[in-house]
Amino acid sequence: MLLNRLRGPSLAVLSCAMGALLLSACATTGEASSSNAQTPVKSESRALATGLNSASDLNPYPSTYAPLPRQNMAIVGATVFDGAGRKIENGVVVVTDGLIAAVGDASTPVPQGYQIVDGRGRFVTPGIIDIHSHLGVYPSPGVQGMSDGNEVTGPNTANVWSEHSVWPQDPGFHTARAGGVTTVQILPGSANLFGGRGVTLRNVPSTTMQGMKFPNAPYGLKMACGENPSRVYGSRNQTPATGMGNMAGFRAGFIAAQDYRDKWNKYRETGQGTPPTRNLQLETIAGVLDGSIMVQNHCYRADEMALMMDMAEEFGFKIKTFHHAIEGYKLAPQLAEAGICAAMWTGWWGFKMEALDGIEENAAIVDAAPNSCAVIHSDDAELIQRLNQEAAASLSAGRRAGMNISEERAISWITLNAAKAIGIEDQTGSLEVGKRADVVIWSANPLSVYARADQVFIDGSLSFDRSNPAYQPVSDFELGQPGFNRPAAGTAQGAR
Amino acid sequence: MRMTSIMAAVAATLLTAAPVLAQDVAITGAKVLTGTSVIENGTVLIRNGRVVSVGTAAAPAGIRTIDARGKIVSPGIVAVDSGLATSEVSSVRGTNDLSNSANSLTAAFDVSYGIDPWSFTLPTARLGGVTRAVVTPQHGGSGGGHSHDDSGFDDMTAGAGHGGFQSPGLFAGQAAVISLKDGTDILVKSKVAMTAPFGEAGARVAGGSRGGQFVLFKETLNEVRAYQRNKAAYDRGDMRALSLSRADLEALIPVIEGRMPLIVTVNRASDIRQVLRLAREEGLKVILDGAAEGWLVADEIAAANVPVLIHPITNLPSNFEMRAARMQNAAALNAAGVLIALKGNEGANHRARDIRYNAGNAVSHGLPFEAAIAAITVNPARIFGFAGQFGELKAGAAGDVVIWSGDPLEPLSQPEAVLIDGVEQPLDTARNLQLRDRYLPNAAGNRAPAYTY
Repeated sequence: MLLNRLRGPSLAVLSCAMGALLLSACATTGEASSSNAQTPVKSESRALATGLNSASDLNPYPSTYAPLPRQNMAIVGATVFDGAGRKIENGVVVVTDGLIAAVGDASTPVPQGYQIVDGRGRFVTPGIIDIHSHLGVYPSPGVQGMSDGNEVTGPNTANVWSEHSVWPQDPGFHTARAGGVTTVQILPGSANLFGGRGVTLRNVPSTTMQGMKFPNAPYGLKMACGENPSRVYGSRNQTPATGMGNMAGFRAGFIAAQDYRDKWNKYRETGQGTPPTRNLQLETIAGVLDGSIMVQNHCYRADEMALMMDMAEEFGFKIKTFHHAIEGYKLAPQLAEAGICAAMWTGWWGFKMEALDGIEENAAIVDAAPNSCAVIHSDDAELIQRLNQEAAASLSAGRRAGMNISEERAISWITLNAAKAIGIEDQTGSLEVGKRADVVIWSANPLSVYARADQVFIDGSLSFDRSNPAYQPVSDFELGQPGFNRPAAGTAQGAR
Repeated sequence: MRMTSIMAAVAATLLTAAPVLAQDVAITGAKVLTGTSVIENGTVLIRNGRVVSVGTAAAPAGIRTIDARGKIVSPGIVAVDSGLATSEVSSVRGTNDLSNSANSLTAAFDVSYGIDPWSFTLPTARLGGVTRAVVTPQHGGSGGGHSHDDSGFDDMTAGAGHGGFQSPGLFAGQAAVISLKDGTDILVKSKVAMTAPFGEAGARVAGGSRGGQFVLFKETLNEVRAYQRNKAAYDRGDMRALSLSRADLEALIPVIEGRMPLIVTVNRASDIRQVLRLAREEGLKVILDGAAEGWLVADEIAAANVPVLIHPITNLPSNFEMRAARMQNAAALNAAGVLIALKGNEGANHRARDIRYNAGNAVSHGLPFEAAIAAITVNPARIFGFAGQFGELKAGAAGDVVIWSGDPLEPLSQPEAVLIDGVEQPLDTARNLQLRDRYLPNAAGNRAPAYTY
C-alpha cells in the first residue's frame, strides 16, 4: 500500500522490480494511493497466511474515513494565506468536490452554482496540522484508566501502534478543531527509545479511530533521545540508563531489524526454507530502513540530534523530523542540509535540563537556513488550540532579533511545513490546486491573539462553525456532565 | 538587516551594566493603560521611583523624557501563582524551592528564603512585561494546564507521620511578593498568604476523600485556636498532643484570625461551594485558585466577596473536578462581579511571559479588554493587599511601567522598555537572548562565532 511512498534505496523496491520470484514481497492489500503507485504484484504461490506475512498486510486497520456532506463553494473577499508562502488580499478560494480548484485574487472566476462564502474582513488559511499530539491516547480526562500513550514496559516497543490506543471521544479533538486544526499526527509517548508507530488522523468526529484515519498517510515511528528513556529505565536499573545507553539501544534495534529484513528477503528470493516468524517490533524498524515508515524523533539537544544523524547514515535510513527540537537553532544549517524538519515550541523551556536552552527565536532561526523545514507543534491539548498564536510569538521573537520574516512565512510553520514533516504535503497543508480543501476562515488575522476560527472545512466539508450550533460537535464524554449544555458567558458549549 | 548594530548594542549594554539609581522620568505621548482606565496621549511622571502623576499634562521642564508616541504604556504585569526566582530547572530538585516535604514544617514553610535574585528566570520574565510576582508554594493540586515538570510532587496520603505530625500537611506554606528588578533586594514582602490544596489534591492529602479533608481541616483550625489560647501550657508541655508543629501552629494564627489570606486551590463547583461555606463558618479570608468550574457558581463567589486566580485557557475536562471547564470562565466570573487575576502557564515561571497571551485569549472569549488588563496588573495587587502600592499607574504607586510596541496582549507586540521602581531595566541580559545572539545568522547568512579564542 505504501510502496509508492518509499524513499531512498529500498530492497523491497528492488525486489519488486526483479519480478516473478519475489511475489509475496510485492503484494499489496491497502488502498491504491493517489500518485505514482507501483503496480501491485499478486502472490500466487507460496502464499503465507496474511497475518504471518510481514509484507502483505501493511494496513490491517484501514481508514473508513469519508468526508462529511459538502458542496462546491468559493470563499470570496478574504485575506488569504495559502500556507506555501503567498498572501493574497481580497482573495478567492474555489473548492470543487472537496478539493482546491483555484486560489487567486479578486479576478478569479467562480463557477456558476457555487455557494459563495463572504470572507470580507476575515482571513483564510489552510487547516492547521499538528504533527505532535497525544489526543486520544492521553485524552481528557487524564485518569489512569485512559492513560494509553506510553507503553513503558521496555525501551523498544516499536511493535505498538498508537492507533490502537486512540479514544475518539477525547473532547480535545473538538477543542482543537475549534482552533483550526484539521489534521493531527498522534504519537506514542517518549519513555522508550522506540515508542511505537504514530498515526495521522483527519480531525473529524467519529466513533472509531478508523473513521478518522487519514487515508494513505505514511506511518511514523516515534523514537526518543535524551533524558526520558534514560531516566525511566535507569531508575529501574535497566538499560538505557545514560545517553550512551540510548545510542546502544537504538543501534541494537536497527541491527536486529537489518537481520530480520535480510532473512525475509532471502526467504523471498530463494523461496526455500521456513519463513521467518513475523515480529512486529522488527517489522516496524525494517519499515524505517526501507523508507516506508518515517522517523519522528523526539530529540531536544543539538549534540544528540547530530548523533542521530550519524546513526541514520550508519544504518542507511532517513530521519524525517526532530520533535521538541529545543536546540534546533544550534544546528539549523545542518538540519536544512540533511532535509530534516524540526518541530518546535516557541515559549517552552526550562522544565528539564535538555529543555534549558529553549529560545523563542528557535523556529525563526531554523527557518532562515535555505531549504529548511521549520514546524511549530504542540504536544499539548491546550496549546494545540492556539498553534497560530505560537507561530505569531515565534515570528515576533524573530523580528525582535532583526530578522525579516513575513506573516505568510510564519503560517507555513503550522501548515505546509507540518505536512512535509509527516509526508502528506502532496495532499494537504497549503491552498494549492488539487489538494484537499482543508480550510479555516478566521475572524481576524490568525497571528492576532484575538482571532478565532469562525469556520473550519475538512475536505471541503464544514466541520465547525462558531456561529451555527449545527456544526459544533461535542464528544460522547461531554454529554450530561456538570454544566453540560449550559452557556458560559453567553457562549454555547460546542462553540468553545 | 540590522543585526550587527543590535549585537553591538547588546555588547555595549553588557559592558556598561551596573546598578542604576532611580531617575526622575516622564513618559509622554503614549496611550496609557493605567490598570483602571485608558488615557490617550498621556504623560506618566515618575519621581524617586514612584508615580507622581498620570494625565495629559506636558512633562515638566528639565526632566528626562521618554517619547512614547505611537506606543502603549501599561503597568508592569503582576504574576500570581508564580515560581519565579524559586526554581531554575523544574526537574532539578536542588534548584526547586517551591515545596517542602518535612512534616514538621507545612504551614510555616516560607518560600521567601529560597528566592534567588540572580535567577535566570527573572530577565526572561521581564521580556514578557512582568515586573512583580506572587511567589507561591506548590503542592499536589498546583499548576495551570498541562505541565512538563518531570520532578513530580508526591501524592502521599496523609496520616500521623514522624513525631505525630500531619504528613503531608494540609497546608503548603506561605507565599511572598517579589519585584523583578535587576539587583539583589527583590523581596517585597514575605508571608503574604497561606496555601492549601482542596478538591482531589486536598482529599489525597487528608486520607483519600473530601469528607476527610474538611473534617481534618476544621479540626486543625481548632488545634490552632487551642494553641493560641494555651501557649503557656503548650510551652510547659502541659497540653494534649497536636497534629502540627509549633512553627506550623504559629504560622496559622494570622489565618484563623482572617488577617492572612488563604489561597485555596479548588476547581469543582461543589468543592467551591464547600470552601465558601468553610470560610464563612471559620472566619477565613480565602482566595480561590483555579476555580475551573467557577462560572457555574459565579454569583455565590461574588456574593462571598472572594477573589479568584484563574488559568483562563483551562477548558478541557482534564480530570473529574473540572468537567465544566470553559474558556469563558474568566468572562463569566468578571461579569458576576468577582475580582479576578489571570494566571500564566506552568506555574508562571519559565513561561511567565505567557500571562499576557492568556489575558488576550480571555478577551477573545468574552472578557472586556480593560478587565483583562486589570486582571494582570491592578487586581493581583488588590487581592494580595498591595492596592495602590504597585500594579497600576496612579500617584503613589511604584514606578513599574512597560512601554509596548503595540497592544500588550498581542504576541506581535514586544516591550520596548521596562521600568521597575522607576529604573529602566536591562532587557538584553536574558540568557535566552544571549543564546540567540550566539547562533543568530548575520545578514550574509553566516553565524556569529559561538566561541572566540
